[in-house]
Amino acid sequence: MGRLNNETVLDVRGLRTQFATQDGTVHAVNGVDFTLNAGEFLGVVGESGSGKSVTMMSLLKLIPMPPGEIAGGSAMFDNQDLVELTPKDLRTIRGGRIGFIFQDPMTSLNPVITVGKQITEAIRLHTEASKAEAKARALELLELVGIPDPKQRLKNFPHEMSGGMRQRVMIAMALACSPEIIIADEPTTALDVTIQAQIIDQVRNLQDELGTAVIWITHDLAVVAGLADRVLVMYGGRVVEEARVDVLYSNPQHPYTKGLLNSLPRLDQQGHELIPIEGQPPNMLTEPVGCAFAPRCEYAFDRCYSETPGYTEIAIGQRVACHFDMNAGQPR
Amino acid sequence: MTNTLDTTQPADGAEPAARPKEVLVKIRGLKRHFPVRAGLIKRQVGVVKAVDDVTFDIYRGETLGLVGESGSGKTTTGRVLLRLDKCDGGSIDFDGTDLLSLGTSDLRDIRPRMQTIFQDPHACLNPRMTVASIIGEPLREHTKLLSAEREERIHDLLKLVGLAPDHANRYPHEFSGGQRQRIGIARAIALNPEFIVCDEPIAALDVSIQAQVVNLMLELQEELGLTYLFISHDLSMVRHIADRVAVMYLGKVVELANVDDLYDRPLHPYTQALQSAVPVPDPILERSRERVILEGDIPSPSNPPSGCRFRTRCPIATEKCESVEPEFRELRAGQWVACHYADPDQQPNAGGEHHV
Repeated sequence: MGRLNNETVLDVRGLRTQFATQDGTVHAVNGVDFTLNAGEFLGVVGESGSGKSVTMMSLLKLIPMPPGEIAGGSAMFDNQDLVELTPKDLRTIRGGRIGFIFQDPMTSLNPVITVGKQITEAIRLHTEASKAEAKARALELLELVGIPDPKQRLKNFPHEMSGGMRQRVMIAMALACSPEIIIADEPTTALDVTIQAQIIDQVRNLQDELGTAVIWITHDLAVVAGLADRVLVMYGGRVVEEARVDVLYSNPQHPYTKGLLNSLPRLDQQGHELIPIEGQPPNMLTEPVGCAFAPRCEYAFDRCYSETPGYTEIAIGQRVACHFDMNAGQPR
Repeated sequence: MTNTLDTTQPADGAEPAARPKEVLVKIRGLKRHFPVRAGLIKRQVGVVKAVDDVTFDIYRGETLGLVGESGSGKTTTGRVLLRLDKCDGGSIDFDGTDLLSLGTSDLRDIRPRMQTIFQDPHACLNPRMTVASIIGEPLREHTKLLSAEREERIHDLLKLVGLAPDHANRYPHEFSGGQRQRIGIARAIALNPEFIVCDEPIAALDVSIQAQVVNLMLELQEELGLTYLFISHDLSMVRHIADRVAVMYLGKVVELANVDDLYDRPLHPYTQALQSAVPVPDPILERSRERVILEGDIPSPSNPPSGCRFRTRCPIATEKCESVEPEFRELRAGQWVACHYADPDQQPNAGGEHHV
């Protein structure tokens, strides 16, 4: 658990991102609001196409533009709106005050430059450090993320390292300039489960130690269960539910969250039936009308198809975008 | 090594002995060694022992889960045992037939009885063929059905896997991942096979769709009496679907047991560590779990450690593990383990499992 206080470091309002494609406009993000507090660990859960990655990439304009376009919204970080910033100003934030960790470290590291050089480059780009200072810092970082024999490893090329080691290098690079926020996009999805456990353990310890706010994007509800303070569940380009981690898993309020938990097999349980969510994920090419989950929802009624649900505050910190009150068994 | 690996017998005798005991697939000492070549004249400089002395039985009507991390040889085992890949040693017996002795034409005759479902539904369907021709291909190859009969069979198959008959004339790109996997399943069951090797069939699918496909596979198994070899890295799903489970590490099976024994009373330190590494969707449990975090990476299969292959990452390894390879032996009824120090009398859930 991170150190929590109520100081908001990132405040995203009404973010909308679209992509112009040959087949029409893809409505990837359709009005996302969320806040991130200092030192907080925020899990963002969703399936492919839910908009979880595009939301975070849009914040720092890491999406290709065109065809991508931020159609609306704001993202306040340190009294500046990231959406309005010039590319030059954004560059000082990207990789400096906000670090990124991607899913596949092989495609985000440069294959023909040693990892030592790549880390020192990042440090020198964002700080005034001299070459020697940057190198010392790189060494320190590799030690911090648990790479054995770091001095030797600085001279390695990415292909000379295993997937787990490369992901540790990515974490070291993200931490290089002591960022206020780290955005990690499925950082353990490409790794084997024993290596995933190593990385998760490392991240948990580092976050305790450094108090950096983390946004961890994943499709795996189990991965963030032990990591996050708070979780956003995304579907069809919107946040459908937000809650503190304990509440979300024990008392989900959105039919989609509930459906996801019911469809998961569990290592610690046997014999319970998997109840799948019927139907298919939404087609993002059509302009969203009503609730994107309605066609797959067992509680859906006519209003769900015509009117996009707003947020209902269930408890402090728990909000849900659903017309139906599952507890009362009737529409809200 | 004894000849029968009877692991259907429950350890505590609590389960009814109604399970089928007929062995459908019997593999003994299976080996697949890939040569490593280098230099100008491509001289062989080494060998990757992808599958090294693997022995197990698959009973008719059961699901045998085969789990392991990348590089463990689980996929290669599945391919070799269907003779989709060369076999470098050992024997494969399918319902009394020695598969390795079969010539091309005899092998072709037996193929309809054993099929496979692949991981990536995007890659295993020809994008230029309609669904009807994809599912109809095995029927054209192996049966003498008239085209009207074939069409009827295709419609039946589509219904069986939860698709509509009017999907028959569409192309794979018009379908989502889950629907494509249904097409792959329809093709696999088209010839009424007895045995299907399922190689990570749900790994490429979204979580909410995985349960749909797994439930379909379980329904079909019940309806058609299928036998599955379910290859997966997803230990949670294997617990859900399998009757027995084999755990592989660097080309060897290190533990083989009934699903309950393997998950509640794992004996091999690798099985214990693997299970403790899998996160559970329960925040309170996750925070209180004690984990065995394995150090280091999986060694290269071209240069595996001497003795026990797991010893470089094993928390309880000794000098003996370095010099003597542990024998794969039955430590508890139906539970086979390759470890010098596995203790059959240990308490349930010791080691890797979660404590609440």
